[in-house]
Amino acid sequence: MNLLSIEGLGISFGGIKAVNNVSFGVKPGEIVSVIGPNGAGKTTLFNMISGVYLPGAGKVILNGEDVTAMSPHLLARRGMCRTFQNLQVFQSMTVLENTIAGYHLQESGSVLADILNLPSSRRRAKAAEAGARDLLRRVGLERAAEREAGSLSYGSLKRLEIARAMALNPKVLLLDEPAAGCNAVETEEIDHLIAEIAASGVAILLVEHDMKLVMRISNHIVVLDHGEKIAEGDPASVSQNPAVIAAYLGAENAAG
Amino acid sequence: MSELLQFLLSGVTVGAVYALVALGFTIIYNASDVVNFAQGEFVMLGGMITVMAYTAGAPLPLAALAAVVATAAIGVAMNKLAIEPARGAPVVSLVIITIGASIFIRGAAQLVFGKQIHTFPAFSGDDPIRILGATILPQSLWVIAGSVAVFIGLWLFFTRTLLGRAVLATSNNRLAAQLVGINTPFVMTLSFAMSAGIGALSGVLVTPITMTSYDVGLAFALKGFAAAMLGGMGNPKGALVGGFTLGVLEGLTAGYISSQYKDAAAFIVILAVLFFMPQGLFGRKSTDRV
Repeated sequence: MNLLSIEGLGISFGGIKAVNNVSFGVKPGEIVSVIGPNGAGKTTLFNMISGVYLPGAGKVILNGEDVTAMSPHLLARRGMCRTFQNLQVFQSMTVLENTIAGYHLQESGSVLADILNLPSSRRRAKAAEAGARDLLRRVGLERAAEREAGSLSYGSLKRLEIARAMALNPKVLLLDEPAAGCNAVETEEIDHLIAEIAASGVAILLVEHDMKLVMRISNHIVVLDHGEKIAEGDPASVSQNPAVIAAYLGAENAAG
Repeated sequence: MSELLQFLLSGVTVGAVYALVALGFTIIYNASDVVNFAQGEFVMLGGMITVMAYTAGAPLPLAALAAVVATAAIGVAMNKLAIEPARGAPVVSLVIITIGASIFIRGAAQLVFGKQIHTFPAFSGDDPIRILGATILPQSLWVIAGSVAVFIGLWLFFTRTLLGRAVLATSNNRLAAQLVGINTPFVMTLSFAMSAGIGALSGVLVTPITMTSYDVGLAFALKGFAAAMLGGMGNPKGALVGGFTLGVLEGLTAGYISSQYKDAAAFIVILAVLFFMPQGLFGRKSTDRV
């Protein structure tokens, strides 16, 4: 049973079909990657799934519920979280505060209890902080907890975004180029981190340029070209697929 | 000695008003980085609606409550009708929209309430209280208490409550706030309601001292804005300190130099502070990545 189903999703910008009739599913604990040459529509597809763009056609089904075009904060409450290629963190808050912000959903204290600093409110804040520190340890940022997020390196910010998304306790995690701009060591760390998150039962949908990473960790790969799905399957079959090879070589020829 | 004390007391009274208006600025600024120049009109509406309800026969506390609630509703309407449709526009455009909204509200107020100057009785009578040879009106104490109470409430709201931190998170990065499940449209609605309500409360508290008419908003907005900038926009502590500093400066200049120079002296000090501390006394540092 798919946790996340994409059914015939499509969108046009000024008459050009950026994404056309794309369907696939993601099961709990599975890592599905979306690959394709530059401009294939990967990020556009992601933006439609996560409610940033309004799809022109098709449906997004999360856990049996139609969540098409639902705004990001409602998707987050239903267990679908994402990270962004160009990083969306709270720059002037500390790393720890950024992660605690992820616990926002699980806390449900009243304004009055918070203002009076009642024991229930303090307990909740303590639990959120402990959980956040634990997550930061898992992504290897525990020593940067008190630093301002704006001062972190690109690779560290990527991991901070993943930690914050994990704080929401997601069922589905959308990762937009988590390894972009990271060096080989950082990429391998992110690789382990993603595999570990999937092993805990989270469905993971990944857009990534690093083919080695994609081939290593994906259970299933969806290939886009010019907005259309041209192939899907396990890493071995996709890498042998003539249509996929043609799309990548063709893209390279066009670029050269 | 008693002369100095008198100047200080009147400065503190005026400063409390500026602080209240400046506190109103902080909430919308914290949620959206927008400086809402219609803040002064909220002060005017607070006084005017109280006058209207009071002359219609409502007891004063009820009239004041009605004014705060009605003004909060007008603030929410302004967000829905003028700010939200322009979502995604640069902050400067939104600030200009607030100037437009303030002109509109002022015009509408002139039509509804007329051009006369209005007032209503002070809450605790008009007998001045003597302190060491100087005097202060009971209503001044109400204004000072009001500004301190609003400050404490806001300080607790922003530092302790989840909702307050959601407001700060929304201003820091709206998309990231949505990603962690914060309902950012609701945060904006709430901010406008709170800012307008605080503005109206200032109007209710000062009207027995300063009186009110449809066009008092602009002066409040400018002085409150100056106070907020002096203290550091967005920080409740800055708004309070900035407001009282500005008020005391004006009081001392008016007393020892000339009341004609009181505005000039205050603005010179603000320019000097901002020249050396562009973030204001308590402002947060900007840490955007480039």
